[in-house]
Amino acid sequence: MGKTITEKIFDAHLRDTPTPGNMVLDIDVIMCHEITTPIAIMDLMEKGMDRVCDPKRIKAVIDHVTPPKDAKTAMQAKIMREWARRHNIKDFFDIGRNGVCHALFPEKGFIRPGNTVIMGDSHTCTHGAFGAFAAGVGTTDLEVGILKGVCAFRAPHSLKVVVNGMVPKGVYAKDIVLNIIKQLTVNGGTDMVIEFVGPVVEQMDMASRMTLCNMAVEAGATSGVCMPDLVTAQYLWPFIKDKYASPEAAAAEFSRWHSDPDARYERVLEMDVSKLEPQVTFGYKPDNVQDIGEMAGTPVDQIYIGSCTNGRIEDLRVAASIVHGKTIADTVRAILVPATPLVYSQALDEGLLKIFMDSGFCVLNPTCGACLGMSSGVLAEGDVCASTTNRNFSGRMGKGGMVHLMSPASAAAAAITGVITDPRPYLP
Amino acid sequence: MKQFGGPAAFLDRSDINTDEIIPARYLTEISKAALKPHLLEDLHLEDGSFDPQSEEIQNAQVLITRSNFGCGSSREHAVWVLEVNGINMVIAESFARIFRQNMFNCGILAIELKKNDLDRLFKLQGKVTVSVDLDKEQLSVSSDNGASVLCPFSLNPFDKQLIAAGGWLAYADAKY
Repeated sequence: MGKTITEKIFDAHLRDTPTPGNMVLDIDVIMCHEITTPIAIMDLMEKGMDRVCDPKRIKAVIDHVTPPKDAKTAMQAKIMREWARRHNIKDFFDIGRNGVCHALFPEKGFIRPGNTVIMGDSHTCTHGAFGAFAAGVGTTDLEVGILKGVCAFRAPHSLKVVVNGMVPKGVYAKDIVLNIIKQLTVNGGTDMVIEFVGPVVEQMDMASRMTLCNMAVEAGATSGVCMPDLVTAQYLWPFIKDKYASPEAAAAEFSRWHSDPDARYERVLEMDVSKLEPQVTFGYKPDNVQDIGEMAGTPVDQIYIGSCTNGRIEDLRVAASIVHGKTIADTVRAILVPATPLVYSQALDEGLLKIFMDSGFCVLNPTCGACLGMSSGVLAEGDVCASTTNRNFSGRMGKGGMVHLMSPASAAAAAITGVITDPRPYLP
Repeated sequence: MKQFGGPAAFLDRSDINTDEIIPARYLTEISKAALKPHLLEDLHLEDGSFDPQSEEIQNAQVLITRSNFGCGSSREHAVWVLEVNGINMVIAESFARIFRQNMFNCGILAIELKKNDLDRLFKLQGKVTVSVDLDKEQLSVSSDNGASVLCPFSLNPFDKQLIAAGGWLAYADAKY
C-alpha cells in the first residue's frame, strides 16, 4: 500500500507513538502571533518554564491588531517583542516589517516541502500549499511546540479533491474552494487532510494554491496540501538556490514527497470547473455557498479586500483591473489591506494603490484587523460586507454584521456597483 | 485527576463556532479569568431563546450540544472560558479537531455520543445532571424528575492519558 504526502511527512518526523494511532511529531516551523502566543508566554513564565526549544525554528509576528488599537493590544505586542528579544528569536516581525502571518511567512521562504508547521491560528493550513503538513493548533499545543519542538496528532487520514477542466474567465481559486466547501460541508473534512490535485491545481501559481489550502479548515480539515513541483521550486528559488543546481532539480527532489498512486483516501471528490460560476456565501456558515448570479443586486455597505486568503499581489492586480478608472458607489466604503509590506510596496510600484485610491478605496497597512472584527474596518450592527476573507460566521467582522465571502474580482465589482455583482462583465 | 460532571445545560444547534463561544473582541485579554463574563456571548440558537446569563448556563458544569461543536478559530480561549466558568465537560455528536484537542490538552473532557443517545439526552425534562465513569467509559445522565439515561462512549487512548496527566503540557514536559 502506498502512502499519501501527509503520511510520508508524518513518518519522516515521528518522535513517539504514545498509543496506536497517535503520533508525536518533531515540528520544523513553530509560528507565533500576538493573539494566541502572549498567554502561552505568560503561562510558561508563571510555571518557571520560559524557554524555547530552538530559536531558529520559531517565527513570530505581530499581525492581528497592528499598529495596536489600544493599551491591551499594545501590551500583547510588548509581551511578544520582549519574549523574542529574550530568546534571541531573529525571525520576529514588528511594526513596519509585519504582515498577515500566512502571507508573510511564505514570502520569507520559511516553509519548505516536507516540513511540519504549527501555529496558534486555524488558517495555518495555508502553508500546505508548499507540500508541507501545516496545522492550526491551540495555545497549549503552541506552548509545547515552543518548549519541546513537538506536537501530537492522530494518524492522518486524507481526502483527495481532483480539480479538472479549464478555469473560466472571472473564476478564481477562491470560487473553486468555496464550491469545494459547499460540496464537503463545514465538517466534511474533520480529522482529514485535503489533498488538492489535478490539472487545474498543477497550473495554479502559489498565491492561488495558498487560497485553496487557506480555506481547508472551513471544511473542518486538519490541513490542506498541494504536491510540491516546479511552481513551488520557482517560488522558493531565491531561498534554495545554493542547495540545488536548478529549480528543475529542486522540483525533482521535492517529488519524493508526492502521494503514491496507490495511497489510501477516505474519499475522493472529482470536480470539473469548466462551467463553474463565480461563487458567494449567503449565510453564517462557509458552506452556505451559491452562484453569484443568485444574489446579484443585494446591497452591501462595505467592501474588504485583504486577509491571508486574498491579500496577495495577484489578488490586488485582479481587483485593480476592475476598479481602474472607475469610482466606487457612493453608498459604500471600500477598504484595501495589502497582506504584507512587500505586497504593499509592489502595489505601490505597479501603480495599483493609486488606482484604488483614485476610485475611493481606503488603503490600510498590513494587518488581520477587520477579518475577525478586531480593528481596522469592524462592521456596525446591520452592516453588510462584501469580503475576500475566509469566515462569514455571525458577528465575525463585528456584532450584528453580515459577511459575504467572494473573490477579489467579485469584491471589486461590488465596490463599483454597491451591490453583489457578477464580476465578469467588468473584467478588462 | 479532576472531578468531572455536574449540572448540564443544553445547546440545541450544530456547528457552534469558537467566535460564538468567545468573540474575538475579547482576545486582547492576557488572563484567562478576564474571559469569564463573556461565555457564549454571541451565541444564537434557532428559536432565539438563548440567554448566556440564564441560571441554566451560569450553573452549568457540563454542556450538551449537537455536531461539529467548536468549529472555526483555533483560539483556546474557547476552552478557557468554559474552564473559568466551571464547565469541565462538553458532550456532542462530534467536535472540530482543534477544539477537541484543546479540551484534552487542558485536561477536560470532550465526549462524543452517537446521535441516538444524544437525542435521548435532549428529550430529558427538568434539571439534568451528568456523571461519568472514565474506566467503564459510561455516562449517567439523570433528571430531577427521576428519568435517567446510561450512554456508553469511547475515548481515544491518548486523550485518556492526557486527562490522567492533567493536560498536554504536563504530559509532554515529563516525557519529551
